[in-house]
Amino acid sequence: MHFAPYTGWVYPNETVFEWSVLIAVYPYITGLVAGAFTVSSLYQVFGFERLRPVAHLALLTSLSFMVFVPTPLLLHLGHPERAFNATITPHLTSAMAMFGFFASFYVALLIVEGWFANRPFIVEQAQTRTDLLGRFYRLLTLGSYDVSPHTMHFDKKWIFALAVIGIPAAHGLHGYVGFMYGSLKSREWWSSDLMPVIFLFSAIISGVALLVVLYVASCKLRRIPVDAACVKGLAYTIWAFIMVAIVLEALAFANLVYKGREGIDTILQYVTGPLLVPYFLLQFAIGMVLPLLWLSYMIWRGTTGKALIVGVTVCACLVLFSVFMMRWNVVIGGQEISKTGKGLLSYHMPFWGKEGALMAILLTTAPLGLLYVLTRLFPPWADDAAHAHG
Amino acid sequence: MTKDSKPELAARRAFLVKLAGAASCAGAAVGAATLGLTPAVSAKTAPAADGGSFPTKDYDWTKHQWGFGVDATKCIGCLRCVEACKRENDVPANAHQFRTWVERYVHLEGEDQVRIDSQQDPVNIAASGSEKTFRFANRYKDAKVYKAFFVPKLCNHCTHPACVQVCPVGATYKSEDGVVLIDHDYCIGCRYCVQACPYGARYFDEERGVSDKCTWCYHRITKGLQPACVEVCPVGARIFGDQKDKESPISLFIRNNRVQVLRPESGNAPNVFYVGIDKEVN
Ligand code: SF4
Ligand code: SF4
Repeated sequence: MHFAPYTGWVYPNETVFEWSVLIAVYPYITGLVAGAFTVSSLYQVFGFERLRPVAHLALLTSLSFMVFVPTPLLLHLGHPERAFNATITPHLTSAMAMFGFFASFYVALLIVEGWFANRPFIVEQAQTRTDLLGRFYRLLTLGSYDVSPHTMHFDKKWIFALAVIGIPAAHGLHGYVGFMYGSLKSREWWSSDLMPVIFLFSAIISGVALLVVLYVASCKLRRIPVDAACVKGLAYTIWAFIMVAIVLEALAFANLVYKGREGIDTILQYVTGPLLVPYFLLQFAIGMVLPLLWLSYMIWRGTTGKALIVGVTVCACLVLFSVFMMRWNVVIGGQEISKTGKGLLSYHMPFWGKEGALMAILLTTAPLGLLYVLTRLFPPWADDAAHAHG
Repeated sequence: MTKDSKPELAARRAFLVKLAGAASCAGAAVGAATLGLTPAVSAKTAPAADGGSFPTKDYDWTKHQWGFGVDATKCIGCLRCVEACKRENDVPANAHQFRTWVERYVHLEGEDQVRIDSQQDPVNIAASGSEKTFRFANRYKDAKVYKAFFVPKLCNHCTHPACVQVCPVGATYKSEDGVVLIDHDYCIGCRYCVQACPYGARYFDEERGVSDKCTWCYHRITKGLQPACVEVCPVGARIFGDQKDKESPISLFIRNNRVQVLRPESGNAPNVFYVGIDKEVN
């Protein structure tokens, strides 16, 4: 057990950090899910034609990451084998209790929507393949081989409906994660009414940014030209949401400082000290303001071609990093400010171990492995003949 | 109260149970006298009689409303309570996790800021020389102390406990008699409660994989005993009793003093009542 060094006055029990980096990874992954789903909805529901090349990829990305959402939590539990207690006897006043239900509902929704979206491909594969994979696809058809225009129209309605339900579901799921922190009155740093919305908007920008990176990378791997219009569409999306994200977070911070409740001196000492680099420099300046300015510049100058693609991709990477820093600054930062309001602690992240840096990296990147497999089984590429239906 | 006394007690209990068994087997009339002892002795292992009386047989939790008082003007910072609690409740033997602790507040002459420390402070640990025994180092002996006092702390067994509110499985709950307890066989070890408690009263027991905190020595009070910390306090700074009994020590303490609670603004409505604490204490 590691005991955190501290300055000032902290409660004795606080010298053990109870929520590790994994609890920062958890909202990060959940946010990517919500953000990726937003992209797919922008196309499916709101008809953003530009985003067509990434619409299916977005759905698969959402599913791949969603499957891994519970892993950091399970690894963190003192008794993971009892995790189902929360679903068998959910304690309804707890912000954590319904998570299992929400998450399962959302996974189911993603699977059903993914099934409808991929049905023509599944049917085609089921009819042409004779190998083991053919059997797999035949199983997946669930006995329905009808891909007539009439049925496709019907399917489209389902996809639309599921995407519509999915928007509040994905965003609800993530706003709810923000609520888990924002609703705690024990820490001034967390206890903000804006927390769920802040989480939501940072989630959206992270998911869109992830899709930029995945899309550009997939084009490079598949040796096909990147659709600049699509990248531009994603860039607009990031731009719009990052504005809101910055404003919200600035407002929350201003509120905290302006209200100046008990313990604010310590918080200010913290943000101008240990948090200066991770919060103001990494999360805000480099991760949010820089991409915003850069994107604005490119939009203003009408940048196209390679410059646009490189620019947007770099901005996307910065945003991905910034959002992770945001999760870190909330989860770890919150615990570094003592509940006493009179002291500061410092978290030490081990590299190895169940709750170390390596595990955090593995858990964040593992969904990419699953995504790779899924893209092999259900190619999400719009340029494919099988996806001519959109 | 000492560590060795536990196995000793268990051995004695086992012996008496055997004795009682033998007596009843023999059907001897003499046995009846011995049996007179058994109900009290076997109470702990006996199944709870219809719900209401867990864990002690004759204990009815609807008949009590426990409360705790701290008279900070009396506390001398000897830390016997902390050591007694660690032993009584098998609290991890380190200097970082406590069910109860004592805070020291010192105003030095010419300083605006109060200096606060507790037994876990490295300087105090160095003074005690071990992480199992505790003492406050005499660190201000060369300074001019303007004002100083000690404040014992423990779980407040809040009327509206934030820890109970957030527990996703209901493993931590408020019992009828006002004590906030944790079901260690049901806790999943998520530590949400540790985060939610505004008072820092909870810790996570790595070894058992569950959260833990003060129970006001539930295993003792349900047998009519005092919590260990109350019992060992040499100056009577800790007061315990049944608020339903208007003549109990806690009822008298509340009636005869102007008491206050910690962080009333949290809405938790604590049930540990303080006398003699200063504005910095929270
Ligand atoms: S003091 Fe903390 S742990 Fe104890 S009942 Fe209140 S909220 Fe729960
Ligand atoms: S650690 Fe245990 S008692 Fe605490 S909230 Fe989680 S399940 Fe409940």
